[in-house]
Amino acid sequence: METVLYAIVLLPLLASAVAGLAGPWIGRAGAHWVTILGVGLSCVLSFWVLYALAWGGREVIDFTVYTWATVGDLSLEVGFLVDRLTAVMMATVTFVALMVHIYTIGYMHDDPGYQRFFSYIALFTFAMLMLVMANNLLQLFFAWEAVGLVSYLLIGFWYTRESAIFANLKAFLVNRVGDLGLLLGIAVLASAFGTLHYGEIFTALEADPEATINLFGAAEWSLATVAALLIFIGCMGKSAQVPLHVWLPDSMEGPTPISALIHAATMVTAGVFLVARLSPLFELSTVALTVVLVVGALTAFFMGLVGLVQNDIKRVIAYSTLSQLGYMVAALGVSAYAAGVYHLFTHAFFKALLFLGAGSVIIALHHEQDMRRMGGLAKYMPITYITMLLGTLALIGIPGFSGFFSKDAIIEAVGYSAGGWATLAYWLLVLGVFVTALYSFRLLFLVFHGEERLDPHAKAHLHESPKVVTLPLILLAVPSVLIGLVTFGPMAVGDFFYADGSIRVLAEQTGLDRVADGYTGVLGFMAHALVTPVLYLVLAGIAVAWLLYIRRPDLREQVTAPLAPVQRVLEHKYGFDWLYIQGFTGGGRALARGLALVGERWIIDGGLVNGSARLVGRIAAGVRHAQTGYLYHYAFVMVIGALLLISLFVVRTLFA
Amino acid sequence: MFDGWLLSLIIWLPILGGAAVLAIGRRSEAAVRQVATGFAGVTFLLSLALWFAFEPGGGMQFVEKRAWVPTFDIHYHLGVDGISMPLVVLTAFATLLVVIAGRTGIQYRPAQYMGAFLIMEGLMIGVFAALDAILFYVFWEAMLVPMFLLIGIWGGANRIYATIKFFLYTFLGSVLMLIAFLYLRAQAGSFGILDFHGLAIGLEAQILIFLALLAAFAVKVPMWPVHTWLPDAHTEAPTGGSVILAAITLKMGAYGFLRFALPITPEASQELAWLVIAMSLIAIVYIGLVAMVQEDMKRLIAYSSIAHMGFATLGFFVIFQAGLGADAGDGALMAMTGGYVQLISHGFISAALFLCVGVLYDRMHTRNIADYGGVVNRMPIFGAFFVVFAMANAGLPGTSGFVGEFLVILGSFQASFWYALIAGLTLIVGAAYSLWLVKRVVFGPVGNDRVAALQDLDGREFGLLAVLALLVLGLGLYPQALIGMAEPTLVELMNDVSAALSAAR
Repeated sequence: METVLYAIVLLPLLASAVAGLAGPWIGRAGAHWVTILGVGLSCVLSFWVLYALAWGGREVIDFTVYTWATVGDLSLEVGFLVDRLTAVMMATVTFVALMVHIYTIGYMHDDPGYQRFFSYIALFTFAMLMLVMANNLLQLFFAWEAVGLVSYLLIGFWYTRESAIFANLKAFLVNRVGDLGLLLGIAVLASAFGTLHYGEIFTALEADPEATINLFGAAEWSLATVAALLIFIGCMGKSAQVPLHVWLPDSMEGPTPISALIHAATMVTAGVFLVARLSPLFELSTVALTVVLVVGALTAFFMGLVGLVQNDIKRVIAYSTLSQLGYMVAALGVSAYAAGVYHLFTHAFFKALLFLGAGSVIIALHHEQDMRRMGGLAKYMPITYITMLLGTLALIGIPGFSGFFSKDAIIEAVGYSAGGWATLAYWLLVLGVFVTALYSFRLLFLVFHGEERLDPHAKAHLHESPKVVTLPLILLAVPSVLIGLVTFGPMAVGDFFYADGSIRVLAEQTGLDRVADGYTGVLGFMAHALVTPVLYLVLAGIAVAWLLYIRRPDLREQVTAPLAPVQRVLEHKYGFDWLYIQGFTGGGRALARGLALVGERWIIDGGLVNGSARLVGRIAAGVRHAQTGYLYHYAFVMVIGALLLISLFVVRTLFA
Repeated sequence: MFDGWLLSLIIWLPILGGAAVLAIGRRSEAAVRQVATGFAGVTFLLSLALWFAFEPGGGMQFVEKRAWVPTFDIHYHLGVDGISMPLVVLTAFATLLVVIAGRTGIQYRPAQYMGAFLIMEGLMIGVFAALDAILFYVFWEAMLVPMFLLIGIWGGANRIYATIKFFLYTFLGSVLMLIAFLYLRAQAGSFGILDFHGLAIGLEAQILIFLALLAAFAVKVPMWPVHTWLPDAHTEAPTGGSVILAAITLKMGAYGFLRFALPITPEASQELAWLVIAMSLIAIVYIGLVAMVQEDMKRLIAYSSIAHMGFATLGFFVIFQAGLGADAGDGALMAMTGGYVQLISHGFISAALFLCVGVLYDRMHTRNIADYGGVVNRMPIFGAFFVVFAMANAGLPGTSGFVGEFLVILGSFQASFWYALIAGLTLIVGAAYSLWLVKRVVFGPVGNDRVAALQDLDGREFGLLAVLALLVLGLGLYPQALIGMAEPTLVELMNDVSAALSAAR
């Protein structure tokens, strides 16, 4: 088994190295074959691991690969922990990665950086696997930053575009803000327990759940709350939760395959994964869980709203991703980790599908991303259309599709949870469903239906994308539609994740437990949807989109006119970018300039250093006047000195 | 088998080589480059022998002790432990890099240039290996001379101002250090540095000694606010000078804290730890911000060096508040080890960054960031290296830059949440100045015609940067190789300090 795990992580790494370093010699075909082979094998093995853990009766695997450093009693290691949670992540990551690799052959066909691109995405696969397979926080942090690095490189893949190299810097820095929280959270745990190994931390927490910590003064804070909140800051950065979400929409500057792989299906879900992985820690802190819930619910609703006013096809899907990540995070906040992870799992398929479908449209139109210059594409690109339609139905949660199960489980679980915050979150999530349906069908209608607003030149060459592009779409559409029917029972409401301790829940009865109690099978769950408001909100969203974008486009003016202020707020994305760029970045630079000028040039260099040099010079200049070179001056001074000494002597004898 | 003479050989061989290079300089420039590389290479191989023959935790090794000035009880006394040995190897390595790099770039008086580096190598190794205070002082001061000449002769436009500033700054501090040595001689009855350790000195005297040492070492590190000589020296120095300055000279200050300040004046170190910690934290944040707005690449890297050295000094002095001597002394040990690893790591990363700037400077003769843009379009291999080293500078895990910062932050957390938070700001600030530099220099469309005419790395440049990249990644992925060498000595040092503190109580 250990050999298999080594192979799973090392194959993509090796493939990446070959494609990256030997790119010029192996050529384009060589680069894509070697990476597809590496990631493909890794994918097959991952599925085998998943099978072995889920059905083969395999125990959880936890072992050390090597010791990175030993400092006193603290042993910092690289090691693997593979339980069902990890295995599901491994299978998802490698499967989506494989699809994206195949798709890339078509999408990047004419790009001069072909080999480099394959090297990066294979490297990403390696880093992401190291992240989910880590058995300790050190390795997690390594991989956390490594996926951030690859994300940085890929957002800036087209490095001659100013917007791309702005976006990648922004992504890295915003993530670094989150990473600071994560690092401090790691420091809290390391200093409290002297270990970074998950299992040992959980054992120690179990032994002393009431442990406290002093941050300033004598105030005692709950250790679990402090650690969980700090770590969650890291998750907010990586999983793009408000207010650290600003980098994700801009990350769309990267090529579309990586938007699908990194910025939708896998890397951005790392935060969700981490909270689930650390469930024994988060369970100890109601405060932290409440924060998680509220942040998630706010992100889910308000980011979805922004999606309504976007015209760039990728940005609509990006805001949709933000919103869906919010759903996952909200689930974590009510201890419904299984539901959150399950939504992560289904979302990976249909969101990757939507992005790749969008990419298919984009290449068909020669890199046109503005939906106002699309329309009526359904008949030109039937496969892309149908697969994207299926993905959309999954996203908005039409009963039977995968997204329905995962999202409804979350909404129900939050609805069953007690407390004012949970009620607020519930309504945000429920309303979010309407928004999701509205922006999703707005996209579909604008792109595939209605009037053809195409550039005539593009229209002349319009045709369905090649097979390397459509095949991944079809392969992703299958799980998007079907996987919920098969896996919902055990994974979301069953004890799949609890049986081997992948996820631990302390509360007697969570909202998700109540969903599970009422669960009688997928058909019953679908029937139940008929009596909740959620399904009707979905249908209403579709209907409104149909009315405004197909039936009566003229109504749009009348609807948006009174909402103009709201629209402006949404178009400015609530002003976060303005605040960060003008406020923090601009302020930071102004401060830095001030320090460089006042602190460095005036005070230290001008005042202290050159000032003391000048002072020495002045004293010397003053003293120099004493050395005139005239003998009578010196003689005169000697006489006066002698006189002074004598008078001193006389005065002292007289008055002694 | 080496014991009696290996260190002497490593010190005097390059000095001899320097003399030889100067002697043949007039006759053949080609011979100069060959001979210089030969001497630097052999010295480096010998230093590797030191690394492999070294026994971690075995106290002072390769000790040599001969009477030098018996009247004043001054000895020629050498030896290395886990703290100094890796620094000796780093010095030999960096000099070899510089000599190889200088084989093409330097056209003006190459013999004197190479000779200065070789002589400086011997003197710097002498600093790390000296166990007699006067011997130490001689090496410490003597190495200023070749550096002074390097900047003054091969430097940029404003070199005279920079050299004088550099010389006066560093010289001022060292004079105070000499006075401290004389006082210690009176107390200990010899100039042996090891005899100074653990002397029973009253707190007031300790504080005075500590301040004198601080003056010398803080200037050298350099710590805020006595750092302003460094950006000037770096901008004016030739590439090789910058590499040695950043990779080695700065380490001498940090080494001084470990060899002198902590073991000789433990109580004063504890008493004034707040001061050093404050200076370090200011260095990390304030200097990091200042680095961000520099318009000259070398100044930017120089400021980033100061910020990174702040982690070393923070790690060394935060130990007093991070559980030193307690059973759970892990925080202190983490901080101390992290600070030490930071020294070596910064040696690699800063050397690499200055070499990168040198590569660009050789082609474009400007260090202005605004004169570049889109370099990767013409120099893709260089661009890849630059990104690797910038990421290492930003402390990306998997590179050596991460190890020290991570351990110091973890360790200082046990002293105070706020120390860790402030030090942790480097995650953001460090990434900001490093990657913004990358964005403006490497990425983007081709900035101007001169960038358009750039040629990618030649074989020599590639080799140098590749070796450094391997070391940066190697130390980042397996820091235990270094920690295993140094840690026993650091533990011993911390035990001595905490024993001295409890004895004083």
